[in-house]
Amino acid sequence: MKTLVYIDQFKGAVQPASWEALGVAKDLGPAVAVLFGAGLESVCKAAFEMGADEVLLADDSGLTDYRAEAFASTLAELAASEDPDLVLFPTTTRTRELAAMVAIDLKTGVLVDLTALSNDGGRLTATRPIYEGKLLENVVCTGKPIIATLRSRAFPRPSRDEKRSGTPRKVQAQTASPTSVTGYEVAEQALSVSDASVVVSGGRGVSNNAALTPPAGLDESGAEIWRAQQGFKLIGELAAALGGAVGASRAAVDGGYIPYSHQVGQTGRVIAPDLYVACGISGAIQHIVGIRAAKLVVAINKDAEAPIFKVARYGVVGDLFEVVPALTEAFKNKLGK
Amino acid sequence: MKIVACVKQVPDSEAKITASAGQISWGDSPLVINPFDEYAVEGALLQREAQGGSVTALCIGAESGKEALKHALAMGADDAILISDPSLGSLDTQGAARILAAAITKLGGVDVVMFGRQTLDDGSGLTAAQTARILGWPMLGFVGHITAEGASLQVARIIEEGRQNVKAPLPAVLSIVQSIGEPRYPSFIGIRKAAKAVIPVWALSDLGMAPPPAIVSRLELITPPSREITCELIKGDSAAVIADTLAEKILAEKVL
Repeated sequence: MKTLVYIDQFKGAVQPASWEALGVAKDLGPAVAVLFGAGLESVCKAAFEMGADEVLLADDSGLTDYRAEAFASTLAELAASEDPDLVLFPTTTRTRELAAMVAIDLKTGVLVDLTALSNDGGRLTATRPIYEGKLLENVVCTGKPIIATLRSRAFPRPSRDEKRSGTPRKVQAQTASPTSVTGYEVAEQALSVSDASVVVSGGRGVSNNAALTPPAGLDESGAEIWRAQQGFKLIGELAAALGGAVGASRAAVDGGYIPYSHQVGQTGRVIAPDLYVACGISGAIQHIVGIRAAKLVVAINKDAEAPIFKVARYGVVGDLFEVVPALTEAFKNKLGK
Repeated sequence: MKIVACVKQVPDSEAKITASAGQISWGDSPLVINPFDEYAVEGALLQREAQGGSVTALCIGAESGKEALKHALAMGADDAILISDPSLGSLDTQGAARILAAAITKLGGVDVVMFGRQTLDDGSGLTAAQTARILGWPMLGFVGHITAEGASLQVARIIEEGRQNVKAPLPAVLSIVQSIGEPRYPSFIGIRKAAKAVIPVWALSDLGMAPPPAIVSRLELITPPSREITCELIKGDSAAVIADTLAEKILAEKVL
């Protein structure tokens, strides 16, 4: 089974689930990595090292910025000429719409946000969570090629082999697009909560440190946000000690404590880290659905009745402002950092 | 500005969802407007307030879908249309997109179509982009801020790496995310108006189309294995002792 794997990148930084998709493709047969943009030599090299049998590169400065129409047209045309059985994507903000649009162009269907994919003699059956993970469904696509996006961290990441190399084959770019990109405001956190193997999150409780005296001149809500930001510094230090990312509950982002990009849960991101540490998060169902796939959940909350303890393996009923810094110190000592 | 907000009706997020004999059940939990779609309605109302014009809520579904539309009307939408047809069985996302595109074309003169990011039930998040592609209109996904500039829109897309600012000509299709602002609560007057509203129902024949064949279909439903978790509470005389014990427990799980 021949597979095109769309490598999703932003300014040369690859969404790591792209490599997971490449690994899945390798298991099914020839894996062809597809890259759009300019100045992507190092990404092409990485694609070979991660196992790509071939790398197709639409090397065009007109594809430097992601624009849905140009990217969809380029990919649809490429898929039509390469005639793969399967086009795989990591599931990201860009690829959901890209996969959706390419499917319309190619008159086929999309199996989206998969957590498993099985191949029974060339017939692919995909598993995906529905109803926020309360159920799973097995789905099939009768179109060709099958288009599928894989949930981040649901599939193993192939190991890198630096001895592998190759020369990318240049392919035609379609740069026409009605939209133009006028700029970026880049997030302050390099590691997205979706990709992190450890996520340490803060909730409303992060603003409750009464021991802190806010700077003069802040009104009540300004003081609350200031307190919360001090609390998130502690969360950030624990995340850094564990090599993880900082997450947040909806209450925390709605309170203006931290940007929306950190939000975990129904309206934020659904994540599958190896370790999730919830600090000062009560654990509303809308938050819980976002962490259902976490391997190990640890909760720190001063309210022993908080629902977060029902989904946590380990819990501490206590003051996060004492426990979190102590935990950071403990891990620094034990991990030798 | 003529704005369409596409909404769906889904079981409430608190509902216990079960599968039996290939059928999904949510017990006696209420059906509600898809929470993600409330942001689409909010985005549409904000643009109407800034630019003038009208907001039409559009829903594909059974007769009960009128309740989701009434929620949009109660929030402030001007009118609503339900697309309902007994021949609609297993729609996949491209089928839904074809129907919505036909309805938007039938409405005529639409400047902006707004969707939620995804639905709570199927969770595909594909329909907005597929509708845009079928209409041949620009797709602006994950929009958290909108400024209208004459016949074009300037939007901020909330992506993994931060915000991407994009300009697009109208008409366009947008999916809206929560940075747009908290969806307003239906007002008392809005609720009364919605209760009295007569919502037109369009059948597929009104759109001049047959039921679109499904390309993606479900083979089976699986109830995920329930994970029995008992929480072990870590206790100690001081934060340092508790932290030390907890760190040891976490390390012993070998997840790091």
